[in-house]
Amino acid sequence: MASAVAGVGTAGNARALARDARRERLAKLALALPALALITIVMLVPVAWLFGLSFLGDDGHATLAHYRRIVAEPAYWRAFVTTFQVSALTTLICIALGYPLAYVLAALPARIAAIALVFVMLPFWTSLLVRTYAWLVLLQRNGLVNALGMKLGLWGAPLTLVNNLPGTLVGMVHIMLPFFVLPLYGAMRAIDRECLKAAASLGASPTRAFLRVFLPLSLPGLVAGALIVFVLCLGFYVTPAVLGGGKVNMVSNQIAADIEIFFDWGGASAQGVVLLVLTLAILGVSARLLPRGRGAGGGAP
Amino acid sequence: MSWLTSPASETQVTHGARLWLYAIAVLVLAFLVVPTLIVIPMSFSASQYLEFPPRQWSLRWYEAYFASAAWMQATATSFKAATLTALLATPLGTLAALGLDGARRRVARAAGALLVTPMIVPLILVGIGVFYAYVRLKLVNTLTGVVLAHTMLAIPLVFIVIASSLKQHDASQVMAAKSLGAPPLRAFFAVTLPQIRFGVVTGLLLSFLTSFDEVIVALFVSGGPNSTLTRNMFNALRDQIDPTIAAISTMMIGVTTLLFALSQTLGRRKPAGR
Repeated sequence: MASAVAGVGTAGNARALARDARRERLAKLALALPALALITIVMLVPVAWLFGLSFLGDDGHATLAHYRRIVAEPAYWRAFVTTFQVSALTTLICIALGYPLAYVLAALPARIAAIALVFVMLPFWTSLLVRTYAWLVLLQRNGLVNALGMKLGLWGAPLTLVNNLPGTLVGMVHIMLPFFVLPLYGAMRAIDRECLKAAASLGASPTRAFLRVFLPLSLPGLVAGALIVFVLCLGFYVTPAVLGGGKVNMVSNQIAADIEIFFDWGGASAQGVVLLVLTLAILGVSARLLPRGRGAGGGAP
Repeated sequence: MSWLTSPASETQVTHGARLWLYAIAVLVLAFLVVPTLIVIPMSFSASQYLEFPPRQWSLRWYEAYFASAAWMQATATSFKAATLTALLATPLGTLAALGLDGARRRVARAAGALLVTPMIVPLILVGIGVFYAYVRLKLVNTLTGVVLAHTMLAIPLVFIVIASSLKQHDASQVMAAKSLGAPPLRAFFAVTLPQIRFGVVTGLLLSFLTSFDEVIVALFVSGGPNSTLTRNMFNALRDQIDPTIAAISTMMIGVTTLLFALSQTLGRRKPAGR
């Protein structure tokens, strides 16, 4: 008898304990509610609203007209083509400049690398607008780059370095390079150098050891960095607006013009939705491609 | 010559054979740092064309900046908005990270994904969306509106920073505090907070900078007497190159460098003494 009573008691206790634990878990989760509420009210609901607007015609009826226009009108689809071209070029230049830098940094003793990394981090923290302005000043007709180029005899007359695509690319590469270098540096530091020793001792030339061992091992970091750069480039607005001189019309610039000049909310929303869907699709594909826990080592915003 | 001929890598490549690689790395580092720094001496140029090196030094662009009521008002707005954003986003992001710490359920994962959406959605879409909502909420051109929008943008950064410092913190100490009868709040302030304080400092600095440097959303929702500094700078840049902006940029670089130095000294985790 006594044992039976005790059994009921412990079962009841266990149930009470489980209930308690459940309540505590829920109470803990509730701590995230204020932040979630703010994000929902200030961003998610308005964006959902724009999503609805993008399917609404001027007469108030549901329509796909805004999306059809993106495909049909050159001004609209060209903005998407420009966006992809600029993003791809920026990413490629970042790889070309960032890979050697990350490689050297990863080979340096940790103490010296930490100092060199400050040079990568400092522009990362500096205002995007200030950096874009700096390039505008440096690249203008009577700017420092032109003066230097002519003094060294590289070119005779001042070149048009800004208010065009090259100027925009210089500014965007400058802003995106730290986003590429930091995760790649993390991935390269994690590579086991013994693998290279093994390759060398087995008779591989330095070039072959790099191509067959180091490069493949650094590839996840390279791909992760390149994807971050590409996806962030898709949403650029300030740099093409300031350094493009109206000649580099990316989707964000087109959207802003649609709102500011034409008050075309439906058209602007439709382009915004397409841009968001493309961004999410690329992130989704990359999340599947990249092995978990690797590459994302940068963690920087 | 001994350094040049000594092996630089596991594959016995010498430093000398690698000089070209070091040259590239130095050039790329210079590309990253020099353009921003060169604005500083240029801002002290007497010429309209911002020479480098300035043939004549002058403080005229700083005088123009401090004499302009519009620039002063915008500067005040930006500092106010950034301070309030830091003070709002840091507790909200910290609470969210605490709430989702160690949670494995689907609800928690979904909440974590929602919390980082402001980093993923293209800023132009956020900008026009917030503007669309603020017209109805009568928040356009208000400081409150700017602060709420910037707080929303800063929450993901704080959340990520605090979540990663919570991963390194010792949860069993909180259990010990609770088992000794400490109420949850006391356990947080006495045990958890001291362990994640570096993360909190970093969160404060990052959310301040997020607001201080933000352009696109401010372009749509701030204006009039509550126009931010970056909004005015952007609009001035679209007209012509006003040298006053070099002076303002120098001030902004100063603020950034100060915050960066703070983050390196205060935000750095001391090596664990184990």
